[in-house]
Formats: sequence, structure tokens, C-alpha cells
Amino acid sequence: MSIVDWFAKKEKRRHSSKKLNIPGDLWVKCLGCTEVLFLKDLEANLKVCPRCNYHFRVSPEERLKFLFDPDSFEETNAGIGPVDFLTFTDTEAYADRIKRAQKKSGVKDAVRTGRVLLKGKSVNVAIMDFGFMGGSMGSVVGEKITRLIEAGVENKHPVIIFTASGGARMQEGILSLMQMAKTSAALNRLAEVSVPYISVVCDPTTGGTSASFAMLGDVNLTEPGTLISFAGPRVIEQTIRQKLPKGFQRAEFLLEHGMVDRVVPRNEMRQLLFDVVMLLDPHGAEI
Amino acid sequence: MKTLAFETPLQELYEKIAQLKQLSHEGDVDLSREIERIEARADTLKKTIYTDLTPAQIVQISRHPNRPDSSSLFRLILENFIELHGDRAFRDDPSIVAGVGFLKKHRVMVIGHQKGHDTKENIYRNFGMPHPEGYRKALRLMKMAEKFSMPIVTFIDTPGAFPGLGAEERGQAEAIARNLREMAGLTVPVITVVIGEGGSGGALGIGVSNKVYMMEYAVYSVISPEGCASILFHDAAKSDITSKSLKITAPDIVALGVADDVIKEPMGGAHYDWEAAAASIKKVVLKDLNAYKKITNVKKIQEERYLKFRKMGQFSE
Repeated sequence: MSIVDWFAKKEKRRHSSKKLNIPGDLWVKCLGCTEVLFLKDLEANLKVCPRCNYHFRVSPEERLKFLFDPDSFEETNAGIGPVDFLTFTDTEAYADRIKRAQKKSGVKDAVRTGRVLLKGKSVNVAIMDFGFMGGSMGSVVGEKITRLIEAGVENKHPVIIFTASGGARMQEGILSLMQMAKTSAALNRLAEVSVPYISVVCDPTTGGTSASFAMLGDVNLTEPGTLISFAGPRVIEQTIRQKLPKGFQRAEFLLEHGMVDRVVPRNEMRQLLFDVVMLLDPHGAEI
Repeated sequence: MKTLAFETPLQELYEKIAQLKQLSHEGDVDLSREIERIEARADTLKKTIYTDLTPAQIVQISRHPNRPDSSSLFRLILENFIELHGDRAFRDDPSIVAGVGFLKKHRVMVIGHQKGHDTKENIYRNFGMPHPEGYRKALRLMKMAEKFSMPIVTFIDTPGAFPGLGAEERGQAEAIARNLREMAGLTVPVITVVIGEGGSGGALGIGVSNKVYMMEYAVYSVISPEGCASILFHDAAKSDITSKSLKITAPDIVALGVADDVIKEPMGGAHYDWEAAAASIKKVVLKDLNAYKKITNVKKIQEERYLKFRKMGQFSE
């Protein structure tokens, strides 16, 4: 065994020893600082590490619970589901991938949409689910987002979209790309009737989703540490053949470069969203 | 001219013809009958090769270094083409060329991705991969076209928007997103031809149009077949599989309702005859320009474009 191998082995052991044997799902290790946290405490803190402020990724259901009025969510278009119209197969058939993701999540695709109350104020909301096939945008996500925006054009209530997506869903080919145009075109109509659109860019938002509705908010908000990019860090590293600087494409970097208005800690999000919406909305003096 | 692998037998015949011509020129042997015979064989072979292409081969043709580029096509279809430069904010992006000219009697704004034909030119053009300032230049000129009631013609030919440090810093995603939204609302008609490679968001960034045409050997895809293969199979070499399954050829794109029609190319592809390719494009675009000239209600033009993209997508309900 060469000395190099010896070091490699030692390094490996060092890493694996980090893994803790955590009983059940009562405890979680922070992905930011490796602190072990009691799940109940973490949830009470809106899934933000009390020690290092790391913002855990959260599901649409958790976001609804953390930010909006209890039991006020009226879901729309929950019945729209994906179709494997290209009969696309890679290492697994798209049809099977869909089934597996649906079984795991209990929902039909990667976004939930509807009407909800924000401190008593009615808003149109869409929340993407990174857990469902990487939050990828196919026909269903594009259609539901578009319908939500069109609802905003009709009912004049502000539109808030939480993005979390790896981009377009390859398995739907060119039609997934076209969802970028469809959703952005709907936002053009929303702008014409002066209904505010707030984009809350959540971790991670990349590719076709960032290059369409995620970046088009009248106000773009994001959470600390969120990855926001057009091309993913790996693709860029391959192109330029060098390591990327620390913090590149993170929320704070985008703020510095003028791409988002504010980086908002999760515990301030509810109040800030309400304030922004109330300030911008020309249609809704009454709540 | 660069020869694609599947064209090699054809290229060999062409070389033979050239040799025979040289011989009969130098000596006083008459080889004209032999030459004619081989030329006929070459034509038949060309037809055979080009009537049964695989999607992977079509991808190669769409990227052929000798394929006509946007700038050359503008000069072939327009009279008095005047190129315009810059986004007025950062710099002029050579990956997108744009300008004004007359197409017959129509004043038009033209915008296209610009690739090069050799390494030096490709480096200057960044292989047709725009930075945000390219999309912002395009948008500035589209707004200008709107101001002066000029129809817009765009040519798509890009591997994709550039994935790099500066591009990310200056908001590649925002630049493309803004173009998608703003193009949707333009009050003038927009006609797009995918002349070569239609690479993802970088292509769509100038492609939210009333009419979309595919050149016969052009492709349009959400991701390059190589990129798709490296993600799904962890092996870019499996791109012959993904080039099929992604459905990216001209007839596929028309069948999926994304493009309106296919523009025929000269036998063997546009790289064999730029003038003929330009003439086919001009004919199709001119027909549309004449039709749009009669539509004076701008709402109709916006509505047509909105509904075109509104319909795209397949799902169950």
C-alpha cells in the first residue's frame, strides 16, 4: 500500500465516521453545520438551523403551513397529471418514473396551485416541489402555473410563486421547453392588468425555470443560501475548466449582482410578503 | 469542405470526378462519358444517403461548419442590410447579429444567432452561444421594430446560451426570461426560422413568434442529445439514443405543434447550396409578410402568438 492510498483510506474513514446512527426520525443532522437537531425544535423554527441559520428545503405543504393562514388553501387544478406522450425511455421509462414519484409524494406532479389567505389577504399561490422529479417543469407544471397566472388576470389578486426546480423536464422533449414561453407569456398579460407578481426563488432553482417565471417577479425574493442559476455549477466548471468561487450562484451573490431584491430569512418571509403585496397591489385596498 | 462520416463514400466519388476532370484537362483523352457516369452514380448515392438519415446524422448536418450562417443569409435575402450593434448597457455580443433591411418591399428587423465557419471565427462568435447582452441587444432591437411597425424575422442557430461565469453574473436567466415575456407582447408579427441548431432556452430566447419554421435538417431541442445522454445515462456517447427519443427533427417538431412547417433544403443539405437555401427561406417568409401586411389590428397579432404557445403541452385532466 502506497502512502497515498493510506491517506485516501484514512480520509474515507474520517468521512464515514461522521455518519451518526440516528434512531427513527426524531433527530436530524444539519446539512450546514452538522449539528444534531431535535426534529420538533427544527420544525418549530420553520426548518432553519438555530445554530448556523441553514435553511432546509421544505415541501409545499410545509411552506403553506409556515407562511399562510391555517386551513385557508383552496387547491386548484389538482387533477392535472403528466402523460408520457413521447414514450420516453432512458434507464427507466418515463411512465414508470411518473408512477414512482406520484406514489412517493401522493400528488400528480411537481407544483401545487390555488388560492390562499396571507394574513387575511387573498392571493394566488403556486409552490413547486423539488422532491417530485427534481421539480422539473413539464406540461403539467407549465399548464398549472399558466392557469394560476390567468386566474390572477381574472381575479386581480396578487400572484406569488415559490420556485424549486432543476429546470425543464427532458422526458417531455421540446414541449417542456415551450412551457417557458407559455408561462412567461401569461406573465406578460398579468403585467398588462397591473397585478403584482412576487417570485420567491427557493433552493434550488436552475435552468428553464430560472430562465422563465422565476426571474420575472415585479419583486424577486429568495432565502439565504439558495442556489439560483441558469447553468448548473457542474456544467460551468466543465466549460471553464476551473473550480467556481465559494458562494457563486447563491442568493447573496444574486443580490449583489442585482438579480433579486432581497434575501429574506424564513421567519421574516410571511410579514415581508404581506407588506410587499399590500404596498404594490392597486386593486386590493380591502383585504 | 468538412465531410461527415456518413458522407464519405459520396466524397470519394466527388474526388474521383475531380481527378478525372483534371486528367482530361491535362491530356487529350476524352473522359466525359466516364465522368458523366460517375456523376450520375454520385447523384443516386446522395439521394439514397439523404432520404434515410437517422436523427443523429441530422444533428450532424444541423451543425455542419459549412451550413449557411444568419449573417450570410440576411445578406442573401435582404436588400440593403444594415447591421446594428450593442445592448446599450454592457457590450456588443458577436454571437447574435441583427439589423434592418428590405425584404422585397417590406421593411424588416432581422435577428439571428451567429456561428462561425472556422475555429478563429467560432472563437470570435463564441460558437453561437450568446451572453445576456446578446439577448438584451435582441430585445432592444425588437422594441425598436415595434416602435417603427416593422415585422421581425429571427434565425435560430445555437448550441444554447453560454454557460459561463460572466453570463451568470450578468443574469443569463433573467435576460432570456425577459425576452420570452416581452416577445409575447410585441405588437408586430415575428417570424422565426430554425436554420440549424435550436438549442434549448438559448434558442427560445429569440423564438417566441407568430410563425416558426424548421429547415429540413435543422433540430430543436430542450437539451442537446449529448447533454441528455450524459445526465440520463452518465455517458454522452449514448447521444444516438437520446437524439431519437427527444424527437428533435423537423417533422417531429411540426408534429408536436411547435413549428408550423418545414422548409425544404437543397439536395444534400443547405451547406451544398447557400443561394438555394436562402431562396427557399425568402419565399416562405415573404408569403407571411404579405399576409401580415393585411392585418392592421395589433391585438390579433398578439392574440395569435399567445394562443400558439398557450396550446403547447400534453397532460391528462
